[in-house]
Amino acid sequence: MPALKRTPLFAFNQQHGARFVDFGGWEMPVQYRSILEEHRVVRQRAGLFDVSHMGEVEVTGPDASRFLDHLVTNDVAKLFPGRVLYSAMCQPDGGVVDDLIIYCRGAQDFLVCVNASNTEKDVAWILQQAAGFNCTVRNLSDDFALLALQGPASAAILQALTSFDLGALKYYHCAAGTVAGAECLIARTGYTGENGYELFCRPADAEPLAVALLAAGQPHGLELAGLGARDSLRLEAGYPLYGHEISATITPLQAGLGWVVKLDKPAGFIGRDALRAQQAAGVPSRIVFFRTGDRRIIRAGTPVVDAAGAVVGEVKSGTLSPVLNEAIGSALVQTGAGELSVDVRGTAIKLIPVRPPFVPLPPKS
Amino acid sequence: MPVPSDCKYAKSHEWAKRLPDGAVLVGITDYAQHSLGDITYVQLPQVGAVLAAGESFGVVESVKAASDLYAPVAGTVVEVNEALNAAPETVNTDPQGGGWMLKLQPADLAGLDALLSADAYQTLIG
Repeated sequence: MPALKRTPLFAFNQQHGARFVDFGGWEMPVQYRSILEEHRVVRQRAGLFDVSHMGEVEVTGPDASRFLDHLVTNDVAKLFPGRVLYSAMCQPDGGVVDDLIIYCRGAQDFLVCVNASNTEKDVAWILQQAAGFNCTVRNLSDDFALLALQGPASAAILQALTSFDLGALKYYHCAAGTVAGAECLIARTGYTGENGYELFCRPADAEPLAVALLAAGQPHGLELAGLGARDSLRLEAGYPLYGHEISATITPLQAGLGWVVKLDKPAGFIGRDALRAQQAAGVPSRIVFFRTGDRRIIRAGTPVVDAAGAVVGEVKSGTLSPVLNEAIGSALVQTGAGELSVDVRGTAIKLIPVRPPFVPLPPKS
Repeated sequence: MPVPSDCKYAKSHEWAKRLPDGAVLVGITDYAQHSLGDITYVQLPQVGAVLAAGESFGVVESVKAASDLYAPVAGTVVEVNEALNAAPETVNTDPQGGGWMLKLQPADLAGLDALLSADAYQTLIG
């Protein structure tokens, strides 16, 4: 097995008591103190995440916009410098290669942020599809660290460290700016459902930046948060995670991501015909979010049965909502299946369908 | 990590403490709770259940995983810690105090003697 990769903040994380896990080939902080506590801190105050494992792919050149529009399901043509877009990138059969975020830095300059565990696969796929387009695709993953500052106190904390007017930065927008002396791409994005920022910076700047953010955040109750809290926060918000709610065999339409699939955009996109057919026929199975009213966590992989006891699906994500104090999760379930339940160590537990988010989230604007 | 010397220990990371009335209090060690992380649920047997030494008596669940709990000694369950239903995190904060799980009436006293001393358990967890 190859050695696990480490982020530029590995030593910093170690000093701050992180516990590490192997996440997609990366030795990542899963928690610093307590996953449940870090989760609540992000909902109530603010949390700082090292997400430098995420992949960054740069697409530049005269055809960059046209190529990305062909590559992904959402409408890239409507992007302008400073605008950010969430999308799926599909196979011809509609299955998902990855979900990603596109940061438009200039009319011919895009940064695409992809899942860490998919980076190599994505770069190969993107390069393959780019043939015939006048654009340059570069894997810049080693050139960026990424810090996510998330939670209601984020703006106040970040504003103390930059002269850039954060009030002017709307949700899903980005701008170049200097934070605590470090040149960053500052983005109003995140994976927690809270208001917050993601800061792309040079690897060498990551540690001084994290130190400055922690210091500025101290009066606001900022704490470091790990991937454990990141996962429960995203699930409470109802955001998909690749390999769980979306995958090579679960299309964006099945995952409830129809809003990022622009079937009618003029240039079309890879996977459009398959997705259009699936839309017309109706999805055979779909992702259902659920709560249980019980504290027992329903783990991914647990079979889901209907009222007659027939297996009609499988749990894809499951955790304890630290806010609701009950188990929440998602399952891929056959369309039309009625009442759903799972067996946990001999006890039948009913799944109560929920339209996410599971908890009230702040408005995004 | 604290390993109180008034308890005996199982290799599976449960502790057993002899009470003045002859009963034995059972829970998991500080090392165990730390390895598990945030504990979210504790499933315990009914009062009256008869357990063999080493028999699974319940499950402790953390955000990460569910793990079986094993009886360090044979005996009959005379009380379970009902407070853990509402506050399982007590196992994290006070594993060898308020986070106790079972009170057993031991089948015999030889069972306790077979367990590890605090020193031996400390050596085991390094």
